[in-house]
Amino acid sequence: MTLQIAWPTSDYSRIPFHLYHDEAIYALEMERVFRGPVWNYLALEAELPNPGDFRTTWVGDMSVVVSRDQDGGLHGFVNRCAHRGAQIVRKTHGNATDHVCIYHRWCYSATGELIGIPFRRGLKGQGGMPDFDMAANGPRKLIVESYRGVIFGTFSDRTEPLATYLGNFGCGMIERFMHKPIRILGYQRQMVGGNWKLYNENLRDTYHASLLHEFFVTFGVDRATQRGGVKMDERHRHNMNYAYAATDTQDEARAAYQGTAGVTLDKLTLRDPTLLRYDREFDDGMNLAAPCFFPNGLLIQINNTLATRQLRPKGVDSFEIFQTVFGYQDDDQAMIDHRLLQSNLIGPAGYVSMEDGEAIEIVQRATRPETNGTSVVEMGGRGAIGDLEHRVTDVPIRGFWSYWAELMGVEPPGGVR
Amino acid sequence: MTPREAIQDLMAEYGLLIDEDRLEDWIALFAERCSYRVVSRENVEQGLPQVLMLCTNKDMLLDRISSYRQVNEYNFHSDRHVIGAPRFHGEQAGLWRIEASYSLFQTDVEGVSRLFSVGRYDTTIVFEHGHARLRDMTVIVDTAAIPTLLATPI
Repeated sequence: MTLQIAWPTSDYSRIPFHLYHDEAIYALEMERVFRGPVWNYLALEAELPNPGDFRTTWVGDMSVVVSRDQDGGLHGFVNRCAHRGAQIVRKTHGNATDHVCIYHRWCYSATGELIGIPFRRGLKGQGGMPDFDMAANGPRKLIVESYRGVIFGTFSDRTEPLATYLGNFGCGMIERFMHKPIRILGYQRQMVGGNWKLYNENLRDTYHASLLHEFFVTFGVDRATQRGGVKMDERHRHNMNYAYAATDTQDEARAAYQGTAGVTLDKLTLRDPTLLRYDREFDDGMNLAAPCFFPNGLLIQINNTLATRQLRPKGVDSFEIFQTVFGYQDDDQAMIDHRLLQSNLIGPAGYVSMEDGEAIEIVQRATRPETNGTSVVEMGGRGAIGDLEHRVTDVPIRGFWSYWAELMGVEPPGGVR
Repeated sequence: MTPREAIQDLMAEYGLLIDEDRLEDWIALFAERCSYRVVSRENVEQGLPQVLMLCTNKDMLLDRISSYRQVNEYNFHSDRHVIGAPRFHGEQAGLWRIEASYSLFQTDVEGVSRLFSVGRYDTTIVFEHGHARLRDMTVIVDTAAIPTLLATPI
């Protein structure tokens, strides 16, 4: 399919609204982006500690199984029976030596090989399919690799090596979060009625963070007046928003936000501010770090809350945010309790995150009828895309679109990268 | 009124006060020493401690509500709780324990309703000054995949 996008500008400073609503584009994205030459975030090794452990996870809107074999190796395969297309694994997680499709009991190894077909040789010399090549007809495999315990998968043999894909920036950030063994605390899920790209934009839009999330501003967890910025990989497809707490004063912030409708610093005081406590646990001093990995992964630290998020598209106008919250194995009970209490900041009920669900849904709703409209993306500059040492910017959104356009084969003439 | 009747009234009041957006009055249904947590069934069943909301004292409950009133943005909606008859697990040292199922519907500003959450309450109740009050309220949501966001208590 040849796709043509009428980009008004070559620097992605205008995004056509129809890209959030077009079913045909969505179908192509599943093929060219998610199943294209990218590494998708799948799961954490800490979720699959033992031989035989498996989890069902997602590449775009396709269910895949990631599993650990008896030798500790990681594997991934499409969760669809080679026979009639039924879902093979129906649990979210578990431990098994093999997986049997319930429909006709075709059997798969933990590594995704088709190893058994009932009555393959027929019965009493009748029926069956004796010349069927099981080895050649198994489910499609993913190439699966772990970087410091974070598992990624790709369907394409053209994908660059994982460490190259993540870049120095991405590898460094994963090393930071995974600097010692982690402990899974649990999961949070949120279903949002919006296109999956709106969430990728949200993650790269540092401009919104301290305006939409007023709780952030009020308590200085994240403010535009603090030292911070945005970093990208060389291709500008991944991004990180970061900040250092306590690098501004309440007075500086009050002066800067003065006149901003809807945001003041003095509306709310907490009777019990315990949940805001920040115990410094990284050498670099950042209290907020949110490196996101094209097209579906995120690591996020907000003070002492640590998590990964997997973006799961559920159709052109819906996606799930699947958040895996973790601490470290050497956390004592007091630290675990602190992380849990601080979880009030994050997730679908989070003081500093609930708003994103609503912000994305109102964009999805309002842009639907306006097929010729575009959004404006020029906060922080037009033209070239690059890192910035401030956060009054949405430049990384343009980085996302430039790589999206490259993978989709729809870059405008002279399109920036 | 028997303790059972008082507890049944408390649970009816609990749902209605949220539905009427009288959240400050809703907090008054909690005992002086209290906790409120919302957890998902999938975490509970895996033995994982992760929460969606956690208030370990009344001040934190008050903070939740004032943040909701004053700084958080959310989808405008009204709530409607349908709470099933409580199952009584008896009383020990003045502490009653009950479980009850709930369905929670949300209605948007255009009058469109959706099923927002189903699950159960697992709670302990004490009597303070003759009134039944919630001590430790755990809301276990079956609907782990929260639609849009969770701003108001369940």
